[in-house]
Amino acid sequence: MRTGWRRRISSYVLPALILAGWEVATRLGVFPAHVLPAPSTVLQTLYLEARTGELWAHIAASTWRVLAGFAIGTAIAVALGAVVGLSRGMEAFLDPTLQAIRSIPTLGWVPLLLLWMGIGEAPKLTLIAVGAFFPTYVATTSGIRGVDRKLVEVGDVYGFNRIALARRIILPGALPSILVGLRTGMGVAWLFVVAAELIAASRGIGFMLTDGRENSRADLILGAIVLLALLGKLSDGFLKLLERRLLYWRDSFAGESAATIGPTAGPRRTEVSV
Amino acid sequence: MSIPAGSLTVDQLYKSFGSLGVLAGIGARIEPGEIVSLVGPSGCGKSTLLRLIAGLDRPDSGSLHLDGQAITGPSPRVGVIFQEPRLLPWLTVAQNVAFGLPRGKPNARVAALLRAVGLEEFAGALPRELSGGMAQRVAIARALAPGPEVLLLDEPFSSVDAFTRMHLQDLLLAIWRQEGATMLLVTHEIDEALYLSDRILVLSARPARRRVEVAVDVARPRDRRSPQLARLKAGVLTELYHEIGGAWEWAGFRQRPEVAAIAN
Repeated sequence: MRTGWRRRISSYVLPALILAGWEVATRLGVFPAHVLPAPSTVLQTLYLEARTGELWAHIAASTWRVLAGFAIGTAIAVALGAVVGLSRGMEAFLDPTLQAIRSIPTLGWVPLLLLWMGIGEAPKLTLIAVGAFFPTYVATTSGIRGVDRKLVEVGDVYGFNRIALARRIILPGALPSILVGLRTGMGVAWLFVVAAELIAASRGIGFMLTDGRENSRADLILGAIVLLALLGKLSDGFLKLLERRLLYWRDSFAGESAATIGPTAGPRRTEVSV
Repeated sequence: MSIPAGSLTVDQLYKSFGSLGVLAGIGARIEPGEIVSLVGPSGCGKSTLLRLIAGLDRPDSGSLHLDGQAITGPSPRVGVIFQEPRLLPWLTVAQNVAFGLPRGKPNARVAALLRAVGLEEFAGALPRELSGGMAQRVAIARALAPGPEVLLLDEPFSSVDAFTRMHLQDLLLAIWRQEGATMLLVTHEIDEALYLSDRILVLSARPARRRVEVAVDVARPRDRRSPQLARLKAGVLTELYHEIGGAWEWAGFRQRPEVAAIAN
């Protein structure tokens, strides 16, 4: 337990030092306050924005876009990834085209999306969905192809048909990889929500960034960046939780060998027990 | 004429992978409830033979029959135990045992099998919590769950230590008495073949043909140290040495009455 706490605290040390140094530097006038406002100023800005309700509207707008785009993109990605992963024929038919599209930088679609869909929600959601699609698609196909052939053979012995094989062996076996894909997809979704909102939006965190730049308010820009960090971390944390719930059965390296975990596994090592 | 359940007839099986001939006209008849071992030089096609009988693969020519019916694919009447346990890591022990059963009704059967392999307390455990020997016991229970007439074992105990292996062999015999399935076992361990089986088929190097058949006419329970088994072992070893091109051969061995030698 003691090592657990120490590790948890240790992850806060570096950010705390950076923030403290930044605060002091700005207060001492090392950086001009309008270029790099102190962390306390940024917090104050966020607080004021929250009081007027503006902040929540921005957060809600961006979060909604991310979740909707992510849901659409990853649902299609898992479905297509499963189809391609489970069938050689579908792989030959679909995969080359999808890989070709994947090699186009997603932002390259923006002008076309704007031309086709105007500047409403549709092009934003499309952009986010396309962004979240590819990492999830790739992870799903490679996860399926990475399932141990020996386990699939167990299903063959029982005469499972393709659907039973997929449902009972291949998809559960591919789940770790699919979840990694979802996490990457979520990260990309936040990336593209900002891109979409920078281009054209009247709400959202990307809009806060544009607003801050147009009014030369570095505090607002930094506030928006802090929000992005928090929301990105929060959504990833949620997926990590889901991962832990769904993959409780996994017997894999947890970042530390059993010998160093000590206390629960065997006799405590003296240097730990102090 | 009614044929008792669990008889296996293999006739003139040929199988090659590309230009590599693996089986060259193998034939054998295995009686219901018999335990037969296949031994032979490594890579000689023993596992291929098991895969054909399991219906996982098709022969180039020749026939395979279970109780007079041609084997055309996997069937619940044939169970397979692999070299590795191959448990599904996301299922509990009990769920793994129930894996090949139709959904809904398996509980009593699963509980009985877990008791038979001595793992009732681990019904809710995950495979990662089991030792290698325990995992292989779960695999045995899983293969037996649908009540197969024939059990195919592909070097089932080769990845566990010697003590666990002896224990698992006795467990297998106990289950065999209880379930009465015909067993066909591929093994590298001549001692294992002698301890478990009624007959040992010694195969030639690839492409596999039947080199010799050794009947193990020793009453069970057998004593692993018995001189009778030791003599038979010498005979099997002689055949294997001969097969892999060893210069040494025990002249006159083939004339011994306890070795029923069928030269090809």
